[in-house]
Amino acid sequence: MESSEMTIQTNHEEPSYLHHKGKYKGILSWILSTDHKRIGLLYLYSLLTMFATGATIGVLMKLELIAPGVTIVNAQTYNAFFTLHGIIMIFAVVIPGLPAVFGNFFLPIMIGAKDVAFPKINLLSWYFYVSGVALVLVSQFLGDRPPDTGWTFYAPYSFRTAGNMLPAVFGVFLLGFSSILTGLNFLVTIHRMRAPGMSWMKMPLFPWTLYATGWVQILATPIIGITFLMMAGERIFKIGFFDPALGGDPLLYQHLFWTYSHPAVYIMILPAMGAISEIIPTFCQKTAFGYKFIVASSIAIAFVGYFIWGHHMFTSGMSGASLFAFSLLTFLVAIPSAIKVFNWVSTMHKASIDLKTPFLWAVGFVFVFMIGGFSGLVLGSLTANIHLHNTHFVLAHFHFVLFGGTGYGFFAAMHYWYPKITGRMYDAGWANTGLVIFFIGYMTLYSTMFYLGMEGMPRRYFDYDPIFHTPNVYSSLGAIVMYMGLAIIIINLIASLKKGAKAPADPWGGKTLEWTIPSPPPAENFDQIPVVTKGPYQYE
Amino acid sequence: MNNTQEIEQEALTSKTGMWLFLFTELLLFGGLFIVYSVYRYQNSEAFHLAANELSVFIGTFNTIILLISSSTIAMSITAIQKKNKRLALLLLGATFLLGFIFLVNKYFEWGHHIKEHIYPGSYDLSLRGHGDILFYGLYYFMTGVHALHIIVGLGFIGIVTVRISKDKIHSGKFVLLENCGLYWHLVDLIWIFLFPLFYLIT
Amino acid sequence: MENNKDHIIPYQTLILVVTGLIVLTLISVSVTTIHLGALTVFIALLIAAVKSSFVLWIFMHLKFEGRLFRLGVTGVILLITSVIIITMLDYLFR
Repeated sequence: MESSEMTIQTNHEEPSYLHHKGKYKGILSWILSTDHKRIGLLYLYSLLTMFATGATIGVLMKLELIAPGVTIVNAQTYNAFFTLHGIIMIFAVVIPGLPAVFGNFFLPIMIGAKDVAFPKINLLSWYFYVSGVALVLVSQFLGDRPPDTGWTFYAPYSFRTAGNMLPAVFGVFLLGFSSILTGLNFLVTIHRMRAPGMSWMKMPLFPWTLYATGWVQILATPIIGITFLMMAGERIFKIGFFDPALGGDPLLYQHLFWTYSHPAVYIMILPAMGAISEIIPTFCQKTAFGYKFIVASSIAIAFVGYFIWGHHMFTSGMSGASLFAFSLLTFLVAIPSAIKVFNWVSTMHKASIDLKTPFLWAVGFVFVFMIGGFSGLVLGSLTANIHLHNTHFVLAHFHFVLFGGTGYGFFAAMHYWYPKITGRMYDAGWANTGLVIFFIGYMTLYSTMFYLGMEGMPRRYFDYDPIFHTPNVYSSLGAIVMYMGLAIIIINLIASLKKGAKAPADPWGGKTLEWTIPSPPPAENFDQIPVVTKGPYQYE
Repeated sequence: MNNTQEIEQEALTSKTGMWLFLFTELLLFGGLFIVYSVYRYQNSEAFHLAANELSVFIGTFNTIILLISSSTIAMSITAIQKKNKRLALLLLGATFLLGFIFLVNKYFEWGHHIKEHIYPGSYDLSLRGHGDILFYGLYYFMTGVHALHIIVGLGFIGIVTVRISKDKIHSGKFVLLENCGLYWHLVDLIWIFLFPLFYLIT
Repeated sequence: MENNKDHIIPYQTLILVVTGLIVLTLISVSVTTIHLGALTVFIALLIAAVKSSFVLWIFMHLKFEGRLFRLGVTGVILLITSVIIITMLDYLFR
């Protein structure tokens, strides 16, 4: 059966994955399920819970910063806030992000498989996620005081602070394991389980980004794993790797930390780019422009991204040779990203565009990601970096690429695939209203940070010079508006679960395999494994 | 696809997953080799002298033990393929025993240094130079993480042994044994590099 | 794809390989007794690399696996080496 046809495959008697009767009942049928779709939803619920927690902490931080001096919390608590906000958002929201939710749900379907290669390991990865998160949260309440090092856990403070580091670090270690297992599973799934006829160059773009991401997950994450073990060794046994008093070098900690954490940002962004690459062709009813270039760019980003970690350390005291090498390589990684933007825009050129919610999110993504990307080039320039390092400019940069990039990509994917996942349509009016309010708040909140950074306001300080007061007021008010927009978006999606119209198999006119099966899908996805004869996005 | 082909396809999938897992282990130890490179470069003389305090004899003995154990587990795969269940079990038993002896040697090696009050955080070690502190820090940490992997490997061998005896692993389906072998060889590989870096830099 | 049933490594081959590995080990130990200065460690690591190749190629069956596995292993080794070199750029030129 051709991938471009839209016939619904199964008979209408078969229950969807949501109502499938398996070995277990009730909650057990979810938390013991090895169905990739249910696991994707388990991740979705956990992720959204963690996102809400991290976002609330973020709003509390902005409330503290709305005026100089103590506003709602003292310095120590503020330090604990930004530490927890970072740990949650990075390790429990944005890194699992699209792969854990939409990768799990849609990768097998989009390549014509019934599940991932190792379904039990898939469930295990979720257990690692939940236990990691639990440990991180528990670290807040045990010991002398919560961790206060920032999510980067820099030495030597991380082994000297009275903050409760070990549970938090071990929790992140478990989250890393979750990420590795997901990546490993996806790599094997893509290599071994593509439907007959689906050659590599007929595979859609979202799976391609999951493939590139999988390599980064398995080849970068272990480095932070061992680094955390070393940090524990430092704290417990005083092994001296990062302690100058014992001959160690704190900078080596930074090298090791960023050797993972820089490639990690490509784990965060590549799948989001993949989702955008699915959405734009669908709402332009036009094939993706430059498919091969988009594929090559995804791999190039993953590859080059491995060698540029030192741009987080420009002011740390590295050698001149390192400074030069890292800055040059950093500029290189912008090229494949730019190629992707050109291809997305070219897809839209002369297309018959349908301005539905997912497409609006996709356009928003391109806009904010470009701002984030350009600001990255600024930070990648050695001289500018001296002035901007550890200021609000850096905060703005990564909130634009991560929240703007992965965040908007996540919401785009959410609104694109919602009908397929739930079998319902959401209210587009409320979705778009929420988007607009969110966007206005978002731009206000983060754009002001570029200005504040250039003017010299540092990050991770609970207090600031009164000359920075007015822009901070705008920024913090923006946070509140953005939070309201988020609430509208999420409430709309939840309410539509019951009130939404029933969704057809293909509400948007998509051409990839997930639109050929019912909404919501049956437990085994396909009656028969499809035989693929054409590439994706064949609109002619 | 008939049953044999299905088993083969599943075996290849399983083996692919195992190799990817081995890659993560290589990167894990790779991080430690980064640390070793940096501190060896910065403290080459001290490392050179401290290495003299390790027993080349025990190190060589342990290296040879691990190499032989790699060959016994590889031979157990040949045995299973040739439907020689008893030989496979014997060879696995030998692998387990050799791995266990390695750990016993490690226990005595470490014990010797600990008795002389040389271990991370000890007062006597802190009196020595930075180079010595880093050398021993790396020595305990890297051989320690390696030993943890040997313990896991022994557990894996145990599980596989039970499955073979219950005929759940046999000449028609033995990918679990292969994967166990791959893991054990990895542990051997790591030691092949640890050995010269700690014992032969005198 | 490869069918393992066709590739049974004879006991003899495995015994031969492990004997070679033990010999190489003993050579690397005796090399250290000869004072070659900085070259000693280089030779010891070179011998370690040769031993690893045998373990990968024969014991771990890479000789008989698909091209992708060999590519993967090579890639990972190159990656670790590159990261070590780039990190050393800092320490060598401070």
